[in-house]
Amino acid sequence: MLNRFMQSRLRGLMVLALILIIIPAFLSNPFHYELATQIAIIGATVVGLNLLVGFAGQISLGHAGFFGLGAYFTGIATGTYGWPSVPALLVGAIVVGIIAWVVGRPILRLKGHYLSMATLAVGFIIAIILNNERAITGGPDGMPVPAFEVFGWELSSFGTYSLFGLEISGVQAWYMFASGVLLLAVWFALNLIESPIGRALRSVHGSEVAASVVGVDTAKYKSLVFVISAIYASLMGGLYAHFQGFITPAVASFEFSILFITMVVLGGMGSTFGVILGAVVLKLLPQVLADFQELETVMFGLILMLTMIFMPKGLLPTLTAAVSKRLRKKTGGKA
Amino acid sequence: MLAEFLQYLFTGITIGATYALIALGFTLIYNASHVINFAQGEFLMIGGMATVSLTAMGVPMAVAVVLAVILAGVLGIALQRLAIAPAKQADVVTLIIITIGASIFIRGIAQLVWGKQYHVMQNFSTSEPIQVFGAVLNSQSLWVLGVGAVMVVALVLFFTKTLIGKAILATSMNKDAARLVGIRTQMVLMLAFMVSALLGSVAGIVVAPITFTSYDIGIILGLKGFVAAAIGGLGSGVGAVVGGLALGIVEAMTAGYISSDYKDAVAFSMILLVLFFMPRGLFGAKIVERV
Repeated sequence: MLNRFMQSRLRGLMVLALILIIIPAFLSNPFHYELATQIAIIGATVVGLNLLVGFAGQISLGHAGFFGLGAYFTGIATGTYGWPSVPALLVGAIVVGIIAWVVGRPILRLKGHYLSMATLAVGFIIAIILNNERAITGGPDGMPVPAFEVFGWELSSFGTYSLFGLEISGVQAWYMFASGVLLLAVWFALNLIESPIGRALRSVHGSEVAASVVGVDTAKYKSLVFVISAIYASLMGGLYAHFQGFITPAVASFEFSILFITMVVLGGMGSTFGVILGAVVLKLLPQVLADFQELETVMFGLILMLTMIFMPKGLLPTLTAAVSKRLRKKTGGKA
Repeated sequence: MLAEFLQYLFTGITIGATYALIALGFTLIYNASHVINFAQGEFLMIGGMATVSLTAMGVPMAVAVVLAVILAGVLGIALQRLAIAPAKQADVVTLIIITIGASIFIRGIAQLVWGKQYHVMQNFSTSEPIQVFGAVLNSQSLWVLGVGAVMVVALVLFFTKTLIGKAILATSMNKDAARLVGIRTQMVLMLAFMVSALLGSVAGIVVAPITFTSYDIGIILGLKGFVAAAIGGLGSGVGAVVGGLALGIVEAMTAGYISSDYKDAVAFSMILLVLFFMPRGLFGAKIVERV
């Protein structure tokens, strides 16, 4: 029963919306809102990455490269050249999409570890360029990014806004905005998965040879989903830059790429809501572990290893399987 | 002119030999289990750090080296037994994340034990540099090359002359067939991780006097080893050595003649170029996919 409930597109989306509405009840200070907003933005990024990894079965170890490109494109276009935010985000997404398409065609012919190596290389090259082109990017010191604005209306984490007569702070406004973006990202992903494109992708995951035998243009679909996931990353990178107000090449780093792919695998490859849970867990874990001080790194590595060893399918799929098994037992196998 | 070129060549070959040893470690584990071990770099770190701290405690150098190598070997076995073996049905990506988790864990422990600062190791022999046609050669470079060559020869002999080596090769070719002829494949997997850890730690020890050592050197060295292994073609021993040396030389030449800021970018562009034209690396096996 639970399974059917989670699989239904609209209901899943409604549950997520409900959770996003309830969460502020547990957030007591601006730092909490900041964390929640970051999780929403990064969550939307990994929802996009999951399309590539979870559904098409292709590994990317360089996705932060696209995230970083999007962040820097937005930062430079709005900061240095005074563009409005929306065109900066959109043009950035188009540019990153084209870059992904150009490098994706030859790369996606590669299989397994060669593909992970090639995506890793692309991510590294982007990070190195961002680090070294100091005149444009500010180099390792990073660069400031102006607040998000549409037609003169600014969304800044330091501002105050009124919503239906209620006064809310800038971070609260950002949280709402980011939640809306996350819902939109999930809605688009769910629709894509259920579309003919989604079916084609899953057939590629199942068996690339079989898919091509029944007439699926596997190269085309793999490039397509690579581009879509890169565009997700670019848009979210741009929003992240606006939200943070300051970016460094760390947003494009290998560590960040690894964080993204870990969120996907830990949360549950192929489960759109699972990967969001992965983002929540991996963003909150360091906060929880900070109490352990020098043991923080050890604990983080240990938890990561143990979770993957005992829940190789990821958190959410394992949990839902366990819960529905419980339910079935309780209702005597009728559920 | 010649002196400059030689200088870069020496640097490149020295670091390339280290990459080659790391790449060989990758290759060994990849062949035996098809796992890409992202914790490979940590074996180097453990080798270097353990040797430094043991000698600081007054243990003679030779004994310290042996103990450090044994420590790494035990760690390799533990990694296979405790982290890889229990997850045998896992996806390729899941296994990658497990080894990444293991490397974070090992790094965390190293940071607890040895702190975050850099540690310096003395050259094995004289610290006087050697002059060759106007270029300066660190005497430790000769150690790196010599030890690297010995390791490669030892590996070749191990795989062609010993029963255990042949058992590992057989397992990498066909696990089920190997089991049918009575090879204990679980044992073989453990051995592969152990030998790979030994290789890594030896590389970490000989290169430590040149690069210094700290708890986090494993990340970038491990990655470079992975790049070298992929250039050469995953699973190919010759490929690992050629890939490692090529990567080291290209890096040193880029740093010397073009820009040291972009030396890593050139290394990563090189791997892309190789893979564009040879999707299985330089010496990778032409595998026909079974459907």
